[in-house]
Amino acid sequence: MASGTLVIDVERCKGCELCVAACPPGVLTMSVEVNAMGYPYPRLHPGCTGCTACQLVCPDYVFEVYRADRDTTRRPAGAAAPTAPAEPPGGAG
Amino acid sequence: MTTHPATATAAASELRLMEGSAAIAESAILAGCRFFAGYPMSPFTALLENMARALPAAGGVCVNCESEIEGANMVLGAASTGARAATGSCGQGIALMQETIAEAALNETPLVVFNMARNQQDYFQATRGGGWGDYRTIALAPKDVPEAVEHTQLLFHLADHYRVPTLLYGDPLIAQTRVGVRLRRLEFGDLPPKDWALDGTRGGTGRSRQTWTWAMGKANNPGPGPDGQWKRIAAKFDEIAQTEQRGEQRYTEDADTVVVAFGSAAKFVEYVVDELRAEGHRIGWFRPITLWPFPAAALAEATRGARRVLVFELNAGQMIDDVRQYVHDRSTVQFIGGVSISDTGLAYGALLDAPEVRARILAALPATASTGGTNGTGGTGGTNAERSL
Amino acid sequence: MTTSPDLTIVPTERAPESGHRKVADFQPSLLLGEHSMCSGCGEPVVLRILLETLQELGIVERSIGVVGHGCYGGFVTIMDVDVLQCLHGRAPSCATGIKRMRPDTAVFTIQGDGDMVSEGLQEVLHTAARGENVTAILLNNGVFGDTGGQQTAATVLGQRTKTSVEGRDPRTHGYPIPIADIIARLDGVGFVARAAVGTPGGVLQAKRMIRAAFESQLAGEGFSLVEVLTMCPTGWFISAPQGPGYMTESLEQAYPLGELRPRPGAGAVAGAGGKE
Repeated sequence: MASGTLVIDVERCKGCELCVAACPPGVLTMSVEVNAMGYPYPRLHPGCTGCTACQLVCPDYVFEVYRADRDTTRRPAGAAAPTAPAEPPGGAG
Repeated sequence: MTTHPATATAAASELRLMEGSAAIAESAILAGCRFFAGYPMSPFTALLENMARALPAAGGVCVNCESEIEGANMVLGAASTGARAATGSCGQGIALMQETIAEAALNETPLVVFNMARNQQDYFQATRGGGWGDYRTIALAPKDVPEAVEHTQLLFHLADHYRVPTLLYGDPLIAQTRVGVRLRRLEFGDLPPKDWALDGTRGGTGRSRQTWTWAMGKANNPGPGPDGQWKRIAAKFDEIAQTEQRGEQRYTEDADTVVVAFGSAAKFVEYVVDELRAEGHRIGWFRPITLWPFPAAALAEATRGARRVLVFELNAGQMIDDVRQYVHDRSTVQFIGGVSISDTGLAYGALLDAPEVRARILAALPATASTGGTNGTGGTGGTNAERSL
Repeated sequence: MTTSPDLTIVPTERAPESGHRKVADFQPSLLLGEHSMCSGCGEPVVLRILLETLQELGIVERSIGVVGHGCYGGFVTIMDVDVLQCLHGRAPSCATGIKRMRPDTAVFTIQGDGDMVSEGLQEVLHTAARGENVTAILLNNGVFGDTGGQQTAATVLGQRTKTSVEGRDPRTHGYPIPIADIIARLDGVGFVARAAVGTPGGVLQAKRMIRAAFESQLAGEGFSLVEVLTMCPTGWFISAPQGPGYMTESLEQAYPLGELRPRPGAGAVAGAGGKE
């Protein structure tokens, strides 16, 4: 289950692919389509942890990074885990 | 026309016997100079030493930098914050600063450069400049220490008024002669506030400043760019050329002969021409005070009726180009100066001497006038080179 | 048993509506516009972490930048900071004049290796030796990028440039100058470090070093320098994705990363050696 997600400003990307190499869970791949500048751009797949590695290495400021809120309250042994957030919808981006 | 007339703000101080370099240093400090950087080179070194001694006590900073290029750039940086800042050297060191002087002209940073020159061979450097681009440098050539003291403060004013680098053309006599001077702060008129000065305070406001020859501005507030910036600066120098000419003349109304000289040489010419006038010669003198902008109109008027215009300068002929350009009749112009260097290489040679000047002038006059002086060309180096006025 | 990766595309056009908090912005608010660097260039990464540092330290309204000449020169128009754009190599001297007149400001330079190590070698050495309280940031990609990719004094042996087409050969092109290592030895220096921005860890390290450098300046400890190795795929004749790998194999071999001169009184850092 993803604990992070991104906003990707695809029009700023220059296709350097440094984010793909930097992403620890490997959930970025480059598109086939190109943006208005003619570059392919990254797409996000399930498994983002919100670690910000992509945002750190990106020279073109393409990424905004979010982390899912986590329920950190202690719970008694045997009690049910809190309801998980809804899965993000799948389908083509 | 004299713009920016000086008015003394304080009662005239006592008359003090001071070496020129010390007087210039104190005058700069009176003008509010609070940053000075320099590299030792004769005869500028004494000015640097005096600033090192006096500027910290006045709350300023003096840096003995490790090259003239460094010093000029430190001064540019200091001046970009709004401080009054200056550097100097002799011609050889000023040569290294040319890029930086041009940069200051084209990014509109006021600063003062003291060329405590070894002789008069830096006239082209002072007036044409060796930097890049379309720029000019306001250059003042005092004839003696008291005038250098006044020019020092005027140069800081002109620099701030127009946002340009300015230059004092000094020499060994001005640097090293001890004379009586009165030092007081001079005012030359109001100046606009330095809202362009970099102090960091506009960071993050969306209106941050930049000092840049290319004047591109910021992405949210574009500037005129290099084309617009440099056209406007060229027009500014055209305005300065019209309004800041300064010169002085005497006995020119009825003169057959006008002698033109600048700096210390002009003081010798004045002395000799006084003598010759008293002997009945119809002779006068003219000296530019601003080497740039050269007082062209005044020179043309002063030499209108003259049959000969004698140019006396201690070099191979530099100011003479400007004289020829501005007189009504170029054929009247004759060169009676020459290269003349002391044995040390650091000061004037034998030519800067009243009898020599007299001989050169008389040699150029019609035969009835003169004794002495045959071949007037080619200075000789030799002894007795340094004399006090 | 292997499983195929899930290549479902997650929507990334808009921020999530709920259940998330933002942990990284696109860019600092001090950026006024777009830069025009090449694909895969490391310099905009340094610009970002520099501006973030100024904001995090709360010194934006007393910072003055002195920018040299290079591809990064264009940063002058997009940084919402008071800036002097100065002559090639001369930024440390201009910074000296600025800091001496405005000692309460945070003064920094941005210079490439051509600017600092070639043209401006004297300027930076003397500024460091004098202990001027300014921070110099060196963007080192071993090449004069802005003029099309010629050799600098920092080009490493074997590196191809337009003036060392077969690779820098010491017999004809001499040796590179490790400027940060030299400056780290001078008295008058408060902090010197070197990082590389090809990896996320490297970027974080670079940002920590830049922060330490400014803290050193603000504490009056002397001259501080952070040398950041930056990718230049165009100048290196490689593709953008190859940048970090090439940097590791070439520049990082000649210019080891780490704290070369920790701040006075700092404890020993692994691999860097501390000072009492």
